[in-house]
Amino acid sequence: MIEVRNLTKHYGDKKAVNDISFTVNDGEILGFLGPNGAGKSTTMNMLTGYISSTSGQALINGVDILEDPIKAKSFIGYLPEIPPLYVDMTVHSYLNFVFDLKKCKLPRRSHLKDVLTLCKIIDVENRLIKNLSKGYKQRVGLAQALIGNPPVLILDEPTVGLDPKQMVEIRTLIKRLGKNHTVILSSHILSEIQAVCDRVIIINHGVVAANDTATNLSNKVTTDHRIMARIDGERAEILQAIRALNGIKYIRADMEREPGIYEYEIEAEQGIDIRRDINQICRAHEWDILTLRTMEMTLEDIFLKITMGENIQIQKGAGK
Amino acid sequence: MGAIYRREVGAFFTSSIAYIFLAVFYIFSGLFFSLNNISAGSTDLSFVFSTMFFMSIFLIPILTMKLFSEEKKQRTEQGLLTAPVSLTGIVLGKYFAALTMYVIAVSIVFIYGLILSLYGTVAWLTLLSNYLAVLLVGAAFIAIGLFVSSLTENQVAAAVGGIICLAMLFLIDVIASFVKISWLQGFLYDLSFYTRYYEFTCGIFNLSSVLFYLSTAVLFNFFTVRVFEKRRWS
Ligand SMILES: Nc1ncnc2c1ncn2[C@@H]1O[C@H](COP(=O)(O)OP(=O)(O)O)[C@@H](O)[C@H]1O
Ligand SMILES: [Mg+2]
Repeated sequence: MIEVRNLTKHYGDKKAVNDISFTVNDGEILGFLGPNGAGKSTTMNMLTGYISSTSGQALINGVDILEDPIKAKSFIGYLPEIPPLYVDMTVHSYLNFVFDLKKCKLPRRSHLKDVLTLCKIIDVENRLIKNLSKGYKQRVGLAQALIGNPPVLILDEPTVGLDPKQMVEIRTLIKRLGKNHTVILSSHILSEIQAVCDRVIIINHGVVAANDTATNLSNKVTTDHRIMARIDGERAEILQAIRALNGIKYIRADMEREPGIYEYEIEAEQGIDIRRDINQICRAHEWDILTLRTMEMTLEDIFLKITMGENIQIQKGAGK
Repeated sequence: MGAIYRREVGAFFTSSIAYIFLAVFYIFSGLFFSLNNISAGSTDLSFVFSTMFFMSIFLIPILTMKLFSEEKKQRTEQGLLTAPVSLTGIVLGKYFAALTMYVIAVSIVFIYGLILSLYGTVAWLTLLSNYLAVLLVGAAFIAIGLFVSSLTENQVAAAVGGIICLAMLFLIDVIASFVKISWLQGFLYDLSFYTRYYEFTCGIFNLSSVLFYLSTAVLFNFFTVRVFEKRRWS
């Protein structure tokens, strides 16, 4: 269990993290979502005792990280943004070192084997870390966090720089770990957080912009009103016709994707599903719709929504 | 502390710093040994010992340069500082790893002593006193080198900075000889690493000098701990 109360970090005049409070319960995966520079790593570094807070308090299993750092740290497995790997060591000797460093009491051989198996790095056990691919390095980083089987896992952007297949693997692993660990996972990818986490905290410019369950958050950001359509027809006519539809906020011709065929980015008023209208108008003009898809809501969009006063609505969702 | 100590000793060998350090140490001290003792037929090792003092000024910073600077550069220090160990444990683990290398290096004098004992009588007590002196100097120098390494993430800067600091400490003597204010001169001579070392090589066992070197070592290890505490709170 992690309790964070009014945690604040100033760098000179800059407030990197400003008055953040939240709680993560046992067996819960909390997603920390925010763009680069939002203050995710700074918060995690305070939770793990790497840097001190300017004010506020962080309790790990009830132990204050600044009052009894050694005890609090013994509860935490931390994967920092850049995994702390000694690249001149083999995977095996590095994990042995971490085992000793954490003064781990578990049976050495079987525990190391468990961790190596769980992270799927048993086949590179005797390779030098510097010769491993980015994906394997990340898994070794995760393995070092898991050594000693700490009840709390703090993972800072664990899938950054991985290819899609590796991303899925790591996410699946984290999801599995979440069943019997308390996990905080940071990311700037919304879909990743939605796929893995029970709760989501959106953080921007060092403050919490929203704190909700993942399900509620995705309900709030349905995107039926924003679509991307590739339509075969005269560009100017298409623009004019769609613009005339009811509830259209804007339409823009994107790139020419095929000779003479453009993609159109269309946004309607919130809550209006315009897909049928677009179909009808194309049928009427004998234009062909080659692609039609709703647009993924980007993180930026969510921030816009939240900062435009809709956060009250989102916060309320937590109470349901 | 134990884990860090063992890792660092291993890393000295995998990074080949150990081989360079030991090779230079053995080659130069061996050279002076053969010129000064074997060729000249003398069993007095004190000249070999004083060359060790000078070599330490250049070689100890090589030993300590990477210990913290590289951790910072590779961001591995984050792993150490978030592990359930104390800062003192981290610093001392590294300190004793470097000290171990140094002990391996200077212990070559016992082999020199054994070789000389084939030809004549060796003053083993003087040898031991000399040995203790280089060890104490090394213990202080390593703490200073380690401290310099904690200030930068550039290992070359750590080495150069370390050499400059140690050379300055050696030069305190020279500076003192130019200072005409008597109390200041006396104070500088008290701080002199070389004068205190020289006494040992003459077979004079001075407890205050032992304490001087040991407290320098403790003080600089404490400073290194402070560097990390201060950075955490910045
Ligand atoms: N050591 C530091 N000194 C000064 N500013 C910092 C330092 N570390 C981070 N910051 C600033 O704090 C803000 C938050 O950074 P960070 O926590 O790394 O964001 P995130 O992990 O969400 O990308 C950024 O604006 C960054 O520039
Ligand atoms: Mg970050």
